[in-house]
Amino acid sequence: MIPEVGHFAMILALLVALVQGCVPMAGAARGNDNWMALGQPAAILQLLLIATAFFALMQAYVVSDFTVLNVVNNSHSAKPLLYKISGVWGNHEGSMVLWVLILALFGAAVASFGGNLPPTLRARVLSVQAWIAVGFLAFSLFTSNPFERVFPPPLDGRDLNPLLQDPGLAFHPPMLYTGYVGLSIAFSFAIAALIEGRVDAAWARWVRPWTLAAWCFLTAGIALGSWWAYYELGWGGWWFWDPVENVSFMPWLMATALLHSSVVVEKRDSLKVWTILLAILAFSLSLIGTFIVRSGLITSVHSFASDPARGLFILLLLCLTIGGSLLLFAFRAPALKPGGLFAPVSREGGLVLNNLLLATATATVLLGTLYPLFLEALGGGRVSVGAPFFNLTFVPLMVPLVVAMAAGPLLAWKRADLAGVLAKLKLAAGVTVAVGLTTLYLERGGPVLAVLGMALAAWLFFGTLTEWAERVKLLRVPLGESLSRARRLPRSAYGMTLAHAGLAIAIAGMTASAAWKGEVITVLRPGESVELAGYSYRLDGVERLPGPNYTSDTATFSVTRGGRPYVVLRPEKRLYPVQNMPTTEAAIHTTGLRDLYAVIGDPDGAGGWTVRIYHEPLVPWIWIGCLVMVLGGAVSLSDRRLRIGAPTRRARRATMAKA
Amino acid sequence: MAETVTSNRAFFLLPALIFAVIVGYFLWGLNPARDPSRVPSALVDKPVPAFDLAPLEGTGKPGLQTADLSDGQATLVNFFASWCLPCRAEHPLLMRLAEEERVRLVAINYKDETADAVQWLSSLGDPYARIGVDRSGRTAIDWGVSGVPETFVIDGEGRIRYQHIGPIHPQQLEDTILPLVESLAR
Repeated sequence: MIPEVGHFAMILALLVALVQGCVPMAGAARGNDNWMALGQPAAILQLLLIATAFFALMQAYVVSDFTVLNVVNNSHSAKPLLYKISGVWGNHEGSMVLWVLILALFGAAVASFGGNLPPTLRARVLSVQAWIAVGFLAFSLFTSNPFERVFPPPLDGRDLNPLLQDPGLAFHPPMLYTGYVGLSIAFSFAIAALIEGRVDAAWARWVRPWTLAAWCFLTAGIALGSWWAYYELGWGGWWFWDPVENVSFMPWLMATALLHSSVVVEKRDSLKVWTILLAILAFSLSLIGTFIVRSGLITSVHSFASDPARGLFILLLLCLTIGGSLLLFAFRAPALKPGGLFAPVSREGGLVLNNLLLATATATVLLGTLYPLFLEALGGGRVSVGAPFFNLTFVPLMVPLVVAMAAGPLLAWKRADLAGVLAKLKLAAGVTVAVGLTTLYLERGGPVLAVLGMALAAWLFFGTLTEWAERVKLLRVPLGESLSRARRLPRSAYGMTLAHAGLAIAIAGMTASAAWKGEVITVLRPGESVELAGYSYRLDGVERLPGPNYTSDTATFSVTRGGRPYVVLRPEKRLYPVQNMPTTEAAIHTTGLRDLYAVIGDPDGAGGWTVRIYHEPLVPWIWIGCLVMVLGGAVSLSDRRLRIGAPTRRARRATMAKA
Repeated sequence: MAETVTSNRAFFLLPALIFAVIVGYFLWGLNPARDPSRVPSALVDKPVPAFDLAPLEGTGKPGLQTADLSDGQATLVNFFASWCLPCRAEHPLLMRLAEEERVRLVAINYKDETADAVQWLSSLGDPYARIGVDRSGRTAIDWGVSGVPETFVIDGEGRIRYQHIGPIHPQQLEDTILPLVESLAR
């Protein structure tokens, strides 16, 4: 019965969304307060209904209700509870329910905490949000019903893909979806602003916290996904420029650009048209990502089972959402009043450069991702675009971005003194040269790019610290005054410092792991050992151990350094009998400065085992850097200025000034 | 940025137009007959690469060389190995094909031990008219073979007409391979 309740709740949610999509919007057009006020209870009711559906599906998974087709296809009674729960979103149908749940969560959040928004704007935002929900609820109900029953029920389920039975991947999709779907708020605000015909500083201040929250989740989701790829796939790599990775990366690039351009709208009332376009594009790229993953359009290592009928439905949704919003943009945006002027060398100028480079980088990734499809459509045969393309196009775009990033925050608004700013960065430049030379010394004949990458990371890190030191007047005034200045600095300033420093740390990790990764693939018999980067790995033996729903061949490596015991690594090769699928569980020992990474492969039939050993310098820094970036976003989000309710007074004034 | 070109309204249509082009490609890409994971063979419609392989000692069958494939008769060339499980799964189908004598079937034994291959064929049956031994795997590289089993359809002039990757499913044999062989015979 419970699955039927869930199904029914989803149908009701669709109807509520239809009402929420029409009535508040019409109310805003006619100035009818009651109609506009309907948006809030409707948004909250919609959340309750979709949550009912979601938990009904989760219940079916937890109790292993094998009368539900979706549970049969993706679960198994012997699976650990965590993966029964994560199995809910480890498949196409269930993940769509999670998608609409998060959408409803954001809608209800705007309804509950948007008390300081002008009523017409809030009504329109909630209506646009409801139309997105209508599209995806209809998609779910008509093409991918998660509550479909099966009769007679089978004795047991077909299990979840073993690669997905992993704690990292249990939390990766909810994070990523929260990021994707969080961008829908910026999108709804942009559409509402286009309908209203007005964008001002107050608008930017309302949009910013939502974008920032979405950005934090997106960053965390992408980092978690790449970490999973690193330790679970057993190739020792952490980013493969796979289409599915790219489609999560593009909204991130756009959201990053949007965060920066909305600062300009807020502070200087400029770049309004561009910011609106970015808000539309950021969410559009999230939708395109959803489409590509689910339609089987492009092959990838991790897409959902594809179905052309579903693909057509989502394509129709894309046309309505993206096409409609871009057309609205084309007709309404020219009417938006241009804002303040600024000199090329200024904070605004720096942010425009940031936006140009990020937009170009996004276009590059989009082209690289879709190029195989374009070429095939034009009869050019099948190609796959991989790392070489992106290294040649994306990386050169990032170099000027990072160079400018260190100087940008030091520039003044309107017109800045470039020479003065560069003078302030002397110390950072000195450290950069020192890091570059040290790298060159340690490197001797290795890739030149490594020197550049490490120098860039140092430049960004110390440039960012310089900006903070300038703000608190470190060493120029007594230490006590610097400390009290540091305490008084707004949290959003700390957020920026942390996010930029985090990127610097991540760049150092990416460069080092690309340049100095060591790798041996060989066959070892028990008792034999192999050397890599000063560490000796001895294979002690391989034993077969049972797991809850798999059997494991667990190898034991004794790692010694300079003859002294260092650590014991126990990589596993698991076989999940239900899907008859093997997975590798790499053993990783991290020191914070390097990872020792061991993978056990297949036996060679003569007593030996294929083993792969990787030495990964600085690789943990990639995720430490991402963590610091997310932390920066969270700190900035806690800023008083952005806290919900804080901008009320000034916002009213801004609205009144327009009236 | 865009503020400077407010006068040009067409400029604002550009994002929508770019999106329309992308949708066009997406629509094309949804064609259900298209399978993006299929890798096309670079060698289809090319002559078979030059090779000359010794016979498999102990079977009494002759070896295989390029000239054997251009005598006017269509041929199936099957790459197999005794260590390959999917080859074992495919084998009964090849035996049936040999009994029905609808097509000439020859083989290239890939990276195998002679004794193992002979033992394998004597226990499972030997459907092949000729067997060439490719112990180094060099010939397989020339043919663009990515793994065993793989099967090629060669026309009477010695051109590769079709490459099948993996074990042949009976349905694929009836729907694709045999109709192609019959059309070549005509």
